[in-house]
Amino acid sequence: MPILNYIYLCLTLFSIGVIGVLVRRNAIIVFMCIELMLNAVNLLLVAFSKMYNGATFANAPTSTIGIDAQIFVFFIMVVAAAEVSVGLAIIVMMYRNTHSVDINFLNRLKN
Amino acid sequence: MKVIIGFIILWPFVGFLFNGLGRNVWSKKTVAFKATGYILASFICSILAFIQVQEQGAISVHYFDFINTSSLTIPFDFKVDALSSLFLLVITGVGTLIHLYSTAYMHEEEAPHYARYFAYLNLFIFSMLLLVLGDNFVIMFIGWEGVGLCSYLLIGYWFSNASFNYAAKKAFIMNRIGDLGFLLAIFWLIVKLGTVSYGEVFTAESLAKLSSTDITAITLLLFVGAMGKSAQIPLFTWLPDAMAGPTPVSALIHAATMVTAGIYMITRANMLFSASELTQHVIAIVGISTALLSATIALKQNDIKKVLAYSTVSQLGYMFLGLGVGAYSGAVFHVITHAFFKALLFLGAGSVIHAMHHEQDIRKMGGLKSKLPITHITFLIACIAIAGVPPFSGFFSKDEILAAAFAKSPIYWALGVIGAAMTAFYMFRLYATTFLGQFRGTHEQEHHLHESPFAMTLPLILLAVASAIAGALGIPALMGGNHWLSHQLIPIIGEAHEAHLSHETEWILMGVSVTIAVIALLIAVSRYKKQADEEPTSTLGKFLYNKWHIDELYNNAIVEPLNKMSGFLKETIERKVIDGAVNGTGKLVQYGARQIRLIQSGQVGYYILFMVLSLVLMIVLWFNDIAILRFLFKLTQK
Repeated sequence: MPILNYIYLCLTLFSIGVIGVLVRRNAIIVFMCIELMLNAVNLLLVAFSKMYNGATFANAPTSTIGIDAQIFVFFIMVVAAAEVSVGLAIIVMMYRNTHSVDINFLNRLKN
Repeated sequence: MKVIIGFIILWPFVGFLFNGLGRNVWSKKTVAFKATGYILASFICSILAFIQVQEQGAISVHYFDFINTSSLTIPFDFKVDALSSLFLLVITGVGTLIHLYSTAYMHEEEAPHYARYFAYLNLFIFSMLLLVLGDNFVIMFIGWEGVGLCSYLLIGYWFSNASFNYAAKKAFIMNRIGDLGFLLAIFWLIVKLGTVSYGEVFTAESLAKLSSTDITAITLLLFVGAMGKSAQIPLFTWLPDAMAGPTPVSALIHAATMVTAGIYMITRANMLFSASELTQHVIAIVGISTALLSATIALKQNDIKKVLAYSTVSQLGYMFLGLGVGAYSGAVFHVITHAFFKALLFLGAGSVIHAMHHEQDIRKMGGLKSKLPITHITFLIACIAIAGVPPFSGFFSKDEILAAAFAKSPIYWALGVIGAAMTAFYMFRLYATTFLGQFRGTHEQEHHLHESPFAMTLPLILLAVASAIAGALGIPALMGGNHWLSHQLIPIIGEAHEAHLSHETEWILMGVSVTIAVIALLIAVSRYKKQADEEPTSTLGKFLYNKWHIDELYNNAIVEPLNKMSGFLKETIERKVIDGAVNGTGKLVQYGARQIRLIQSGQVGYYILFMVLSLVLMIVLWFNDIAILRFLFKLTQK
């Protein structure tokens, strides 16, 4: 499958994530959109990794070219998991205080 | 000798510190006693120094180096020679009498102000002594500035009166204009010769180093300084206004100190002045014009002190005429005789004003002859002396100047005689209006008329004696005298510069000037012995009464444009341009900040939007690289 399709898919996912963050006010949805962006990047990394590795696979099945991108993906997944735990905790606290998860309530520090 | 000369100048300074610092402590009696005593002590030291000079010739003493750099050394030296010892005697002698007189004249003042007055007076004498004693131009300049300062302080002594303050400021500013000329002359000398000491400047070698342009410029600049201090055209208007000060101060300024500084300086620098023909002409012309101008003004004034003030300006004009025609000893002679009779006139006027309870208008006086006998007699002697009637002192000195003027140019002489006739006329107009005829003041004033106390009449009597006999200092050769004074001054001014006239010519000149003066004074007495001058009605009379409108002219030509320019600079340049630029910068920043602040709305969504937009922008700018474009293009080709 041509790499270009992966790229289009990732761009689409990432754009959905960005637009979601920009337009939605529900904190949980914003959060999910951020996850979407992270995973779009992960997908792209894996796709490129496979592309480079696959080009050399026939001659050298033990080649490690492009493998490091997949290591990156794991890192990102770990960071994302940590982020989710902190972020959800914040959202829970926010809900307890305001009985709402509307992101516009977060402008209370203004003035 | 070093100590005695030091003490001449130290005594008045001690008096200044004593009275100035202790003005709230000492009683009026202590202040008066000490202030007068210090000047008297200074006078005694001056006599000792004078005797020493007579025996040994000039004395120079070195105290310390005032300025010492690699290329220029200005020592703090004093020099007492024939010229400065004479000036010392006049300054401290007349100064002592004026101090004595002031103790009684100022008795109405509060103790602190009384002490302040005497502190200024002592400082005045101190500055003048410094001016005279200094052995170089810089020390002279310090004293020169000092007398300017003291005249400012004393003219504005009654500082609660705004117009007196104005007069004080006028005196100070006019003097400063002159001082600038003097200062430039000093700089010029330093640049050309690298020294300002008299002993080094007034030598043939130094003179040879200066081009004729240098000499003319230096002497003209020095003369500008003398113009300011000695009240010559065009800087003379401060002197009549200086009448705002107490009367003894006027006597001090006009007779013993201050105005004679210019004469002293030019006589001191006579070697330079004689070397410049042009400067001499300028001095003679300015001198005679001043003499005539102020004499005409004095004809119509009704304030007793104003008449005397203009007469001082006029007499100073004569002295400058003498300097201009090379009669340096004549000018110094006139300084000395003038010091006596002008101090006497002012102190006499002070006595009249004192008796009249601060009335100065001579039209409200009259008939004071019997009420103030001592003042009357002494005033009369002074008037005769200034009018130039022999054998009183003014005759000899004025005649010497006029004879020298004739030798230079008969026109100077003729103008001088006209001036002398006017002098005789206005002085006797003043005398007759004040002392003869009927009393024209109020009854209350008449009731209070009284002769002044002894402390005031004693100086009058002493000065009257001096005015009468001071001519003996310079009896010319044709009258059988040997002219002691000009012999005295030979070390400073050399042998007489002026051409010698035949004895017949001198007798004729003398006869003519005396006859004219006597006729003028007789006319004045006969005209004014019955009634005072009316308000002037003729155009000329009004013109003279208003002092040729010179004050108005200066006001319109110099003061007003300056005020306008300052106003323009203040209102337009300062307020609008400079303040506008400074405030504008501040306002611009504030306005900009207020607009930019709106972006920070607190809405998280907007922040993210900006983040995204700027990331996109960054990517477009940063990754707009041909290598990346080629990579993307290659991907699409697969």
